[in-house]
Amino acid sequence: MITASLIGLPLIFAMIVLFTKGEGARKLALVASVIELGLSLFAFTLLKQDPADARLSLTDVAWIPSMGIDFAVTMDGISMLLVLLTTFLIPVIILSSFRNNYENPSLFYALILFMQMALVGVFVARDGFLFYVFWELALIPIYFICLLWGGENRGAVTFKFFIYTLFGSLFMLAALIYLYINTPIGENGSHSFALSALYEAGHALTATEQAWVFWGLFLAFAVKMPVFPFHTWQPDTYVTAPTTGTMLLSGIMLKMGTYGLLRWLLPMTPQALEDWGMTAVVLSVISIIYASAMALVQRDFKRLIAYSSIAHVGLISAGIMAYSPEKGNVEGLTGSLIQMFSHGINVIGLFFIAEMLLGRTGTREISKLGGIRNVNTLFTSFFLIIMMGSVALPLTNGFIGEFLLINGVYQFSTWAAVFAGLTIIVGAVYMLRSFQGIMLGETNATTANFGSELTMNEKAVLFIVAAAVIVFGVYPNPLLDILHNDVAQLAQQIAVK
Amino acid sequence: MKAILVLISLGIISLLAEIFRFRRALYPIVILGLMGAIATTVSYWWYDDGDFAKYFGGMINFEDSSVIFSTIIISTGLLWFLMSDTFFNKENPRTDLVALVLFAMVGAVILTCYTNMAMLFLGVEILSIPLYVLAGSRKDSLSSNEAAFKYFIMGAFASAFLLFGIALVYGATGSFNLGVIGQVVEAKKEVLPGFFMVGVLMLVVSLLFKVSAAPFHFWAPDVYQGAPTYVTAFMSTIVKTAAIVAILRLFLSVVFDDITSFWMPVILVCVGITFVVSNVSAAVQNNVKRMLAYSSISHAGFLLLAVGAFNAYSAKAIIFYTAAYSVGSILAFAVLTNVIKDHTGGPVESFNGLGKKNPFMALVMTIALLSLAGIPPTAGFFGKYYVFNAALQAGHVWLVILGIIGSLIGVYYYFRVIIAMYFKEANEEPGVEPSKQHQLVMFVTAVIIIVLGLLPDLILGIGSAAEVVAAK
Repeated sequence: MITASLIGLPLIFAMIVLFTKGEGARKLALVASVIELGLSLFAFTLLKQDPADARLSLTDVAWIPSMGIDFAVTMDGISMLLVLLTTFLIPVIILSSFRNNYENPSLFYALILFMQMALVGVFVARDGFLFYVFWELALIPIYFICLLWGGENRGAVTFKFFIYTLFGSLFMLAALIYLYINTPIGENGSHSFALSALYEAGHALTATEQAWVFWGLFLAFAVKMPVFPFHTWQPDTYVTAPTTGTMLLSGIMLKMGTYGLLRWLLPMTPQALEDWGMTAVVLSVISIIYASAMALVQRDFKRLIAYSSIAHVGLISAGIMAYSPEKGNVEGLTGSLIQMFSHGINVIGLFFIAEMLLGRTGTREISKLGGIRNVNTLFTSFFLIIMMGSVALPLTNGFIGEFLLINGVYQFSTWAAVFAGLTIIVGAVYMLRSFQGIMLGETNATTANFGSELTMNEKAVLFIVAAAVIVFGVYPNPLLDILHNDVAQLAQQIAVK
Repeated sequence: MKAILVLISLGIISLLAEIFRFRRALYPIVILGLMGAIATTVSYWWYDDGDFAKYFGGMINFEDSSVIFSTIIISTGLLWFLMSDTFFNKENPRTDLVALVLFAMVGAVILTCYTNMAMLFLGVEILSIPLYVLAGSRKDSLSSNEAAFKYFIMGAFASAFLLFGIALVYGATGSFNLGVIGQVVEAKKEVLPGFFMVGVLMLVVSLLFKVSAAPFHFWAPDVYQGAPTYVTAFMSTIVKTAAIVAILRLFLSVVFDDITSFWMPVILVCVGITFVVSNVSAAVQNNVKRMLAYSSISHAGFLLLAVGAFNAYSAKAIIFYTAAYSVGSILAFAVLTNVIKDHTGGPVESFNGLGKKNPFMALVMTIALLSLAGIPPTAGFFGKYYVFNAALQAGHVWLVILGIIGSLIGVYYYFRVIIAMYFKEANEEPGVEPSKQHQLVMFVTAVIIIVLGLLPDLILGIGSAAEVVAAK
């Protein structure tokens, strides 16, 4: 019941916000997202006490009985982690948007809340069709956010983004339907889209069929993350989108792809994973190397973060795809989840910093910046903490996830781990170098007017993000606890052939 | 069947209106009459399928699928009349045009319930002949005349094919009755003469022409663009629905089911060609009306893919697709007629800045285009979904992939309009305010699209009975 209300609540608020005039809209949106956060924390405590709590477990209402499609949602540890990420980041994102005045705020904030609904839906859906619908629903608000409030050349860029993701999704739909028609016909005279039924159908397929399904699904997730060679939409879209949109895309939406790998790909086609897992890992590793190299030569800070995001997500995807039931390297799976959570927080902090740089100095070009440390020390400290999280320094949130991921990949293949490890080293290089370029050195004419004060709202956002970087770095146990059983269970489902 | 009588009566009343001078009252009469026709159609649902629904010595059998498709056709007709008030000049209507449209609808309804080749031919002709006239109803416009002439020549050609096909099939089986033909085909499928096959092929070709599937689509873009926009809306919804039902009753039934290996490849190849040709052509159009014409060809491809699937899901898919597509098209054309007054259509740029000038119209147009593009949560998405489902069940993986690629190209050209509405700066022309009646139509159709997109079982729940069509 609570699971369903986590989906319903943002939708209701989105409607209300849509009809709120002027300034009230954004405040109401913030309140709404905080209420949603409260509800998800409540769900979290329930889950910790009793993972089988009836208020969280399967809600299953027939939606389209004639096609065996149900509104089936469940909250388990894995879903909880991603729902928490969503409900935690949305208030931060809304708060961070306060420094800009967007035209037509009621629509803007209504779209964000609408998107939250879809995102939560993706993470809790247990019906293949429902999952697909939420997956597509998430695309519509972000498309309009990028189109209506984006920067230069947004028409073409957002369009490319839309086509790419839709392209992937349609193949996912075809793969899901293929699984669906292989499920047994139930009492109501139709096949079933229930997740467990799809798993069974997937396991029963021949190796060739599994490979088709595997690649159909992988394509959708790979475009969303994105993984080389489906990444070309990403840097342009991230840079062109309004920062709020970029945060939604990189902080949360990207996790739809990695989550999809975990829940909807690996357990669906174990045979194909064995046959093709290596290829997927290689693609992920290529995107790590490629994106890291690209990040090294970027001059625009926002674009640099965009590429670094590809590198990070490449590692997540490598960690997931490297899972093999024989080797039992569940560290990769756990690490991927922890890293999804951490990456969401860090990347939002970094994009916010990029936004502040642009807002205050008028540029994001690293070479034109410098010496902000002399102007604003508080900002420098926050930036340093968030950057440390991003380069995965021990005792920051980025460390645990990347450590587990590389551990998982290492058990799969030493060479893959060696190259995947590059993400940490090269990541440190380009992040530290850009920190150096922006913060240290002589203050110049551009950076002199950065201002020594931060507004309340900026302080709040930076503080929340920096605090999260440290808190989850020092004490990740609450997250690891809720994951433990469910990851083991997931691994079991992959092992069954 | 009663609906046919109601529609004919309405048509005759329209003709009399001129003589007895009650033209002003005609429009409300037609609207009420259509509502009555819907009511009488729906009432059949509760009758048994026995002899009650058989008419003209069994030449017409008004069964469950007929009820559903007739309801779709007449409801679309009602919405069409509501959006076409200016076409007739509501206050002082052109009664002949009203009568022609009503007669065309009679033909469409006959196509949903024929059980005899003669009725098939009659239905096609009753549907087509008024449309030849309607396409040319702007006498002073060269393009309208061109459209009418082209449509007539090509249509007459297709009708000849149809008639020839019927004659050949009759020659081989000795009957016009579909049931009897089916029995003969089943009994003698090994020894059927070659000219019978030629006859079946001619039937396929003539009906593919009517749904404007490639490669028999060449008339469609010019006719759709040249005809008055309202007539285009009529052609791309009601005519398309009726033609696909005609195919459905003939091919997705027990008539030719024993020789699927003969006609099926033809349809499947046409589907493949349609997906490629229509979408690629639509993508390069700058005229919105012509773009919609090509897109309607692509939708015909989807409908035919469901026929080509030839399984228990086909009929359902077609029912839902026609309903979703008709509503979406009516909405898109309703907005189009308000935005672009030139009856040959206009460039995408005409939509520039509509999001600011008239947010309501921009919103409903977005809903219509999202539905036509097949993006959830709209009805069009489920339409495509059911078609893909049926096709995958039948194993047509490659056609599904072609369909997916076609849909993506579709997104490209539909979204050009959306981008123009929200993203491009408005032009100098003053904003347009649609009439209250048009707003009502737009609102109702938009709501239907969303509701069907959220609860497709509203139609599919009843659709289970329509499997009668596909009973094999």
